[in-house]
Amino acid sequence: MSNIEKDLLLAVADLHQIPSGAFSLRENGKGVQINSTENIEIVPKENGKGIDIYVKAGTTNESLHMPVIISKSGVMDVVYNDFHIGKDADVLIVAGCGVHNPGKDSSEHNGIHSFYLEEGAKVRYVEKHIGTGVGGGKILNPITNINLGKNSVLTMETTQLGGVSSSVRDTNATLGKGAKLVVKEKILTSLDQTADSTFHVNLKGEDCSADIISRSVARDNSKQTFYSSMVGECKCFGHVECDAILMDKASVVATPEIVAKCVDASLVHEAAIGKIAGEQLIKLKTLGLSDKEAEDMIISGFLS
Amino acid sequence: MIKLDNVSYKVKEGGKDRYILRNVSLEIESGDIIVVTGHNGSGKSTLMKIIMGILPVTSGKIYLDGKDITDMDIAERARLGIAYAFQTPVRFKGLKVRDLISTAQKTNSKIMDVCNYLSRVGLCARDYIDRELNDKLSGGELKRIEIATTFARGARLNIFDEPEAGIDLWSFDGLISAFEENKGEGGTNIIISHQEKIIGIADKVLVLDSGNVVAYGDRESVMPNVKTRPVCSMLQGGSNE
Repeated sequence: MSNIEKDLLLAVADLHQIPSGAFSLRENGKGVQINSTENIEIVPKENGKGIDIYVKAGTTNESLHMPVIISKSGVMDVVYNDFHIGKDADVLIVAGCGVHNPGKDSSEHNGIHSFYLEEGAKVRYVEKHIGTGVGGGKILNPITNINLGKNSVLTMETTQLGGVSSSVRDTNATLGKGAKLVVKEKILTSLDQTADSTFHVNLKGEDCSADIISRSVARDNSKQTFYSSMVGECKCFGHVECDAILMDKASVVATPEIVAKCVDASLVHEAAIGKIAGEQLIKLKTLGLSDKEAEDMIISGFLS
Repeated sequence: MIKLDNVSYKVKEGGKDRYILRNVSLEIESGDIIVVTGHNGSGKSTLMKIIMGILPVTSGKIYLDGKDITDMDIAERARLGIAYAFQTPVRFKGLKVRDLISTAQKTNSKIMDVCNYLSRVGLCARDYIDRELNDKLSGGELKRIEIATTFARGARLNIFDEPEAGIDLWSFDGLISAFEENKGEGGTNIIISHQEKIIGIADKVLVLDSGNVVAYGDRESVMPNVKTRPVCSMLQGGSNE
């Protein structure tokens, strides 16, 4: 593995080396390494376009790392990964894609991830995206389909902190009885980058709940859109919060939509877009920070 | 330690000049507690913001230990040893109490140090250190964190704008002790306040009225006169200006 690839691995999966547990590494459009464990089985799809992951019922304290690395120009990668999480399992899944584009042509990764959580299963899903290199476009279009069974819980932490020329993110979720979905999305764009994020959340089962929190910073000439549609079909609770800090000549469009189809559906949405508040800068300057230091601290806190 | 020489601050209102502060000259000695009082709109907060550099002077000079700081910005004055606790503390999404207090301290803070500042103002550090400075904190909690952050700076000159606002009765004595402790450690404290208990610990009292200094001197000499002035019938009110 080259140093560039090692850096990408560290950035998207917090890994200094190949870990010992369940693991799948995809490089430049091909699965290059897979490691199953007794409780987490990884099966490559027959068409070579992805993997099926089977987590045995009752599996706890185990994790799966599945980074994707693109280090060449002109790569167009589409991958379908399906996660089948058994009853009462409780696992951590760390995914993510790093694109280093050294050449003129765009490199693109479209990861379509589908989660099927059985009753009582819990998953913390961490996904990081990063683009590096001075070359052409670094394009990432993640699609996440989430099916939550009775009393299951999925916490999704998705982070895109720079270098990605264009991303179109699509997250779709259907929640069963008592299920819980928590999404924390963080996006930073700069230069002429664009980032679009769309959520469709269907609160279908009695007493299910969803909390979607999106925080983003748009700098320079970058453009972001956020759209969420949350539908409450029964007694349920849903909350969508979209906060954006706008800088320079950037733009952000936020459209949180909530649809209640039942009198016992309790749905809340909040959206706020604005520049860094002047009084926040002043406060940090009274602590001795320069304008730039104050700005950096506010942004890194906001996206932490 | 700090000297104001003929400081004025004016704004345009309806095309006309309006003086918020007019020809304020005063000197504050090192190690003193100065309580600044006066009715709403008398110029108290404006004067403090001018000392911190948050507002510029229209005319006049400000000296810190003989050094002219009139043209210095906020951060430069902060680095020279001026700290400021705002009347309405600002909230930060994502930043934690620990982040703010560690930034206030110049050195890498030990967790115990951060906790000490919070305990001084009546907050159980364990419960607050990792709380986000967002709207889930009450106004009173935020106010005490603001005061703890200000003490954490270890500055030579602390400015507090109505520190008692939002502080419950049970924490009030702790707040008074915190000012006295800081004085004991050699700190100079300027406190905007309308509370007699806070005025009671002042070495000196500064009374402002319509942007003018109407009294400045030892508490014992200023307060009896202040109480007979009409302006001070309003001393228990107080808010922003």
